Amino acid sequence: MNKANATLLNLAAVGCLAVFLWAAGRHLDGYKVQIINLIAVNIILALSLNLIYGFTGLFSLGHAGFMAIGAYVCAMLVLSPAQKEMLFILEPPIWPFSVVQAPFFVAVLLGGLGAAAFGVLIGFPVLRLGGDYLGIATLGFAEIIRVLANNLPRVTNGALGLKGIPAYANLWWNYAWCLLTLYCIVKLVRSNFGNALMAIRDDEVAAKSMGINVFKYKMISFTLGAFFAGVGGALLGNLLTTIDPKMFLFVLTFNVLMIVVTGGLGSLTGTVLAGIVITVLLEWLRFVENPISFGGYEIPGIPGMRMVVFSLVLLMIILFRREGIMGMREFSWKGFFRFFGRGGGAR
Amino acid sequence: MTSSMFVQHFLNALTLGSLYALIAIGYTMVYGILRLINFAHGEIFMLGAYFVFWGVVLLHLPWPVAVLGAILITALTGVLVDRVAYRPLREAPRISALISSIGVSFFLQNLAVVVFSAIPRQVYRPEWLTKVMIVGKVRVLPLTLFVPALSLVLMLGSIYIVYKTKPGLGMRAIAKDIETSRLMGVPVNRIISLTFGLGSALAAASGIMWALRYPQLQPIMGVIPGFKAFIAAVLGGIGSIGGAVVGGVLLGFVEIMLVAFMPELAGFRDAFAFVLLIVILLFRPTGLFGEKLEDKV
Repeated sequence: MNKANATLLNLAAVGCLAVFLWAAGRHLDGYKVQIINLIAVNIILALSLNLIYGFTGLFSLGHAGFMAIGAYVCAMLVLSPAQKEMLFILEPPIWPFSVVQAPFFVAVLLGGLGAAAFGVLIGFPVLRLGGDYLGIATLGFAEIIRVLANNLPRVTNGALGLKGIPAYANLWWNYAWCLLTLYCIVKLVRSNFGNALMAIRDDEVAAKSMGINVFKYKMISFTLGAFFAGVGGALLGNLLTTIDPKMFLFVLTFNVLMIVVTGGLGSLTGTVLAGIVITVLLEWLRFVENPISFGGYEIPGIPGMRMVVFSLVLLMIILFRREGIMGMREFSWKGFFRFFGRGGGAR
Repeated sequence: MTSSMFVQHFLNALTLGSLYALIAIGYTMVYGILRLINFAHGEIFMLGAYFVFWGVVLLHLPWPVAVLGAILITALTGVLVDRVAYRPLREAPRISALISSIGVSFFLQNLAVVVFSAIPRQVYRPEWLTKVMIVGKVRVLPLTLFVPALSLVLMLGSIYIVYKTKPGLGMRAIAKDIETSRLMGVPVNRIISLTFGLGSALAAASGIMWALRYPQLQPIMGVIPGFKAFIAAVLGGIGSIGGAVVGGVLLGFVEIMLVAFMPELAGFRDAFAFVLLIVILLFRPTGLFGEKLEDKV
């Protein structure tokens, strides 16, 4: 399998995806389209966490914080000044946000950059910490962001949140960002840069003694992860058309972590697969929580059951199949044809 | 600020601080031994409070009996959690057990939503704890004296167990070096179970008293106190029981006094602890009384 063929096949796969999206947009109902949208957003978020944790070994629990930054920056930029005037009933919004409005693409980009800026800001102090301390410090960062969002009414409209965000995030935008994220991260981890990241993950001391500037690599990986988390947050906020500080609780980070662990730490293919499976599973489990009428009988819904099942799945994976769906293996066209050609067809 | 108001704030801070301290002891003991941040500890705290509620409301037990029963059952839950979710991962990378504990935390929280429902519950409070006493110009609930006093007793009890008894010696040995302790004949798994039991019992006691002080039960009530108590443990120097106590009380005072003297910061109250955490980790990662941990190559 040479490189040109692989590129052609990749393009063909993107074409198939485009046809699928076109058909889905035309024929499926709003709820199903929303789920397909959520899949793209979740994949973006999980890919970014996999870059930070799966490939660089930085156990970060700050995703909800980065997402919040992305979501707020993007929402404040796509809302028109007039709308903002209406929303901010207690105090007017602060200066740059009170007058500017940006196109959706720019707003998402700036959301990501805002998150990346915070990534740099907290990266300097916390990336010196190792393992679980890093986790708890980044978790602390996410909580601080949430408390700030609650208490800075001129920036975020406080606990009231932002409502009526114009919904630009359709299938095309979400999947374009999703593919862009996938492309960037695949390129990155396959490059020499990626090798350095994995060396740091596998043995930090050895990597350092081989002359790798550990802090610099960690910082770049963390910042890039933060950027894509911000992008994911921006898209999510736009998709739901309303955001408030309560949305960015720790459970949001937990969901993303769940996708990464299920897919396999250090496997991008696994993350994409798990992103699809878990998003669908999460939506499907909503049925358990709603009352079902079955042949004239009303079976009451069980609130909370969704997360019970969900956390049990995570526990089972971590206890019995720690490598997740894919381990560290990746999809390749070569492997694909070997699998379907039973070893003969495409050699 | 008048002196009577100051006394009031002082007592509030002492109450809150001692509740943090009790939870922090559990964190610090488990971290000292297994190097595991037990995320599920906040949920153990919550379960303790709910079990008392059940004992009093459903089984009509007298309050003291319900409290003792709840502490016992919560301690067993803690042991069970370790047995099921952490012990199989002893040889795995450390972060696996951490993720497992996050899973347990969400599991218990949502199980509580399923079993107890998410509707906040009113807590039964014995009358002798809630009758307002007026001492001089200060209005005091017996509660605000009872909580620190009982906490002190429990803390002294756990310090006695860890430093003066044989199982305590085992705990300290495992904290130093788990493999060598095993070779020297310390029943490692049993001692670890005991540690979880003891830590969970303290968390349950704290949860029960928390529910007396802030009388509302919710499945998520353990999350924020849990995080803050962990921060208290880091502040004091993780692994050190005395450090956890000092850290907990200190955190209680910082929270109450900052809001008391600067009411405009009240909305940011939940962020203090986290800012404090990042500052400590930056300048003194071993906390106030912690031993230095070195990277082993």
